[in-house]
Amino acid sequence: MRDPGEAEAPRGPAPGTAPPPVLALRKAGKSFGAVRALREVSLELFAGEAHALAGENGAGKSTLVKTLSGVHRPDEGEVLLDGAPVEFGGPAAAQEAGVAVIYQEPTLFPDLSVAENIFMGRQPRARFGRIDRRAMHAEATELFTGLGVAIDPGRPARGLSIADQQLVEIAKALSRRARVLIMDEPTAALSGNEVARLFNVVKTLREQGCAVLFISHRLDEIFELCQRVTILRDGAWVAGEPISALTPDDLVRRMVGRDLDTLYPKQDTLPGEVALTVGRLTREGVFTDVSFEVRRGEIVALAGLVGAGRSEVARAIFGVDRWDAGTVEVGGRRLPPGSPTAAMAAGLALVPEDRRQQGLVMDLSIERNIGLTGLKSVRRGPVISRAAERDRARDWAARLQLKFTRLGDAVNVLSGGNQQKVVLAKWLATDPAVLIVDEPTRGIDIGTKAEVHRLLSELAGRGIAILMISSDLPEVLGMADRVLVMHEGRLAAEIPRERATEESVMSAATGRDGAAA
Amino acid sequence: MTAVTADATPGGRSARGLVELVFRARELSLVAALAVLVLVTTAVNPNFLSGQGVKDIFLNTSILALLAVGQSLVVITRNIDLSVGSVVGLVAFCTGKFVSADPTGRGVLTALVFGVAIGAVCGLLNGLLVSFCRVPALVVTLGTLYVIQGLDHYIAHGQQINAVDLPPALLHLGNEGVLGVPYLPVITVVVMLAVGYYLRSYPSGRDFYAIGSSPEAARLAGVPVRRRVLAAYLFSGALAGLGGVLWLARFGTVVADPARGWELIVVSAVVVGGVAIVGGVGTVYGAVLGALLLTTIGSALVVLKVNSFWQQALTGALLLLAITVDRVLAVRVTRLLRKRSVRHGA
Repeated sequence: MRDPGEAEAPRGPAPGTAPPPVLALRKAGKSFGAVRALREVSLELFAGEAHALAGENGAGKSTLVKTLSGVHRPDEGEVLLDGAPVEFGGPAAAQEAGVAVIYQEPTLFPDLSVAENIFMGRQPRARFGRIDRRAMHAEATELFTGLGVAIDPGRPARGLSIADQQLVEIAKALSRRARVLIMDEPTAALSGNEVARLFNVVKTLREQGCAVLFISHRLDEIFELCQRVTILRDGAWVAGEPISALTPDDLVRRMVGRDLDTLYPKQDTLPGEVALTVGRLTREGVFTDVSFEVRRGEIVALAGLVGAGRSEVARAIFGVDRWDAGTVEVGGRRLPPGSPTAAMAAGLALVPEDRRQQGLVMDLSIERNIGLTGLKSVRRGPVISRAAERDRARDWAARLQLKFTRLGDAVNVLSGGNQQKVVLAKWLATDPAVLIVDEPTRGIDIGTKAEVHRLLSELAGRGIAILMISSDLPEVLGMADRVLVMHEGRLAAEIPRERATEESVMSAATGRDGAAA
Repeated sequence: MTAVTADATPGGRSARGLVELVFRARELSLVAALAVLVLVTTAVNPNFLSGQGVKDIFLNTSILALLAVGQSLVVITRNIDLSVGSVVGLVAFCTGKFVSADPTGRGVLTALVFGVAIGAVCGLLNGLLVSFCRVPALVVTLGTLYVIQGLDHYIAHGQQINAVDLPPALLHLGNEGVLGVPYLPVITVVVMLAVGYYLRSYPSGRDFYAIGSSPEAARLAGVPVRRRVLAAYLFSGALAGLGGVLWLARFGTVVADPARGWELIVVSAVVVGGVAIVGGVGTVYGAVLGALLLTTIGSALVVLKVNSFWQQALTGALLLLAITVDRVLAVRVTRLLRKRSVRHGA
């Protein structure tokens, strides 16, 4: 007797149906020590389709990417290439198979030319195995022409903007005839038109039959670019479906596993007296004639495109860079130029843009990092009191709802959102009158993002003056009492909360309308 | 040095032209510095440019330059080899002992093979420790510097090698030449050209630059990082071995550890020659020019009757100048390139 059910394979391509996915994971699991980073995750990438991978930080997205790209080997389950199980021995093997990864911050060789970066290890050869430089440059030029961008293949990679570096990475992927393009938060550091340019390139590749896996914290981007989405939560597969079946709210709910009350919980506060006054601040060639003030209890956003000079203004105010002309006053007292010590003493705090490089000492413990800014307050005589340091760290960790195992753990084991909380704690511990935050939620998952926003709002409610630099327009519009817009080193507009819209901010930021206010 | 003038390039140049000019400017400025040095010294003492004087400078440079070629390869991969001075000493003494035991049966070729093999073993040891055991290069080679030095003293046991015990052909190699050109500089130039060509024109040669420029990116690009670093040390060790045999051939009389302290002169020559100490940038031609410049300064000071104490101070000053120029240039070039990108993007 034959069981009719067994005759047909439950899976696999029947003749005449769609081809198998180019790259797939089947019930993959991966553990690091006791931590299960991935559990029974399945995912299928089809040619000509952009697939979004969504999930909070720490949900396992990076582990999944590394499993697909041959950096990790799954403990359970398998990776399928064209429907057949495959084991990548390392990143090189995955690249050989046509899987290319574009990281948020590409890893290029700064000293080598763009063309060499593209063809490293696979240079076109002339006689006797020599490198054929002319052919290499010609091929690189051809790749860039195909992508519709103008990058000189002969220039060194040093000094390229992050957007251009990503395009070099894409050119590299194309030169390898990559069939799968994995993009890990490629847009986090890009400005609006750079994102548009990148999307055009990706859409063209998708139409040419590339399979794309796209990771982003920006929901609008996911909806614009992708046809299908896989959602991870705590390392487990939550959902995988066509994107047309979802609304942004559905997506967020599945990522977080609960309803977000609101992402931008800005309380209304009555601004108090002026806390920070910046008068005609100029640093030659960087920014010119920047004047504004921030009052106690107010959140002022500094918006603009990347490179408009926002972070540079913040660095100058805090004294990291010197200024050439102008004044900075905190609580009516003038600050000397170029002295972070004086700025801190006057009650300024700066949470920098790049937390890994500038905000934290990654190998030091949580408590040490929090303790860095306030060594005086934890001192007993000339000696640092470990107990006082620990108490202070525990106190702030609790207030910011930091998720950690032990205060003695190095901060590099924390997720991005929790690292940002450590930076915030470090500066809040100095009890600042004015807090400058530069891109406070870049690369942070939605749940933590809401917490950071709530925290900023609370701080403003307690009378701290906050200057927030952000490239995230909804964040700017949702959090700020006033929006200052910079364009090419100058303040282009000052827009009050009521009149701030995406259009008014963007038109000032792109210089289309200098008099938006 | 004159390299600073390189930033006065007209704005119309392509970024490629600009950067290549800056790098070539390093070699050109070394040649210019050499020319000035030679002219001034000759003006004071015309004997400086006599046939014998020039020959001496080239002979004296050869071994240093040979070591600088090997060192460049290591430094380009963002590592360092401090053990070369000790290796030269060990090889010079051991090879001397080996060939003097049977001066008729053991000739030049045997000596070369023997010495290069010892050097290669030392390099292999360094390379294995650095690339596979992941110990920082500075510590590993500082350790092997002393270990090899100790070994040398143990083997020498207070004895010395005398020229009379060596096969005449070996001494001939170190002091004579063909058509008036001594063998030593010829060997160095051949090695330099071969390595320079390899580094520029072969994919595996470019790997060395890739590793020094960004080890992480190199790993992701599938460059066999550990194998290349191992190869760099192996090669540096082998060249130090060759240098040791040539040392023996040139001086004939060798005590234990004769090249003590040379590792730092070699590193200085490499850095003065424009190889970035953080890796990724530089050529062996620059390194050899650096060695030539340092040696010429030494000879010039003797001719100018300046106290030899000044030689070290001058070497140090030159090193600082080279590093400062590198730094300033790097910053300027980066800024220029950034500006170009901005203009491009607009």
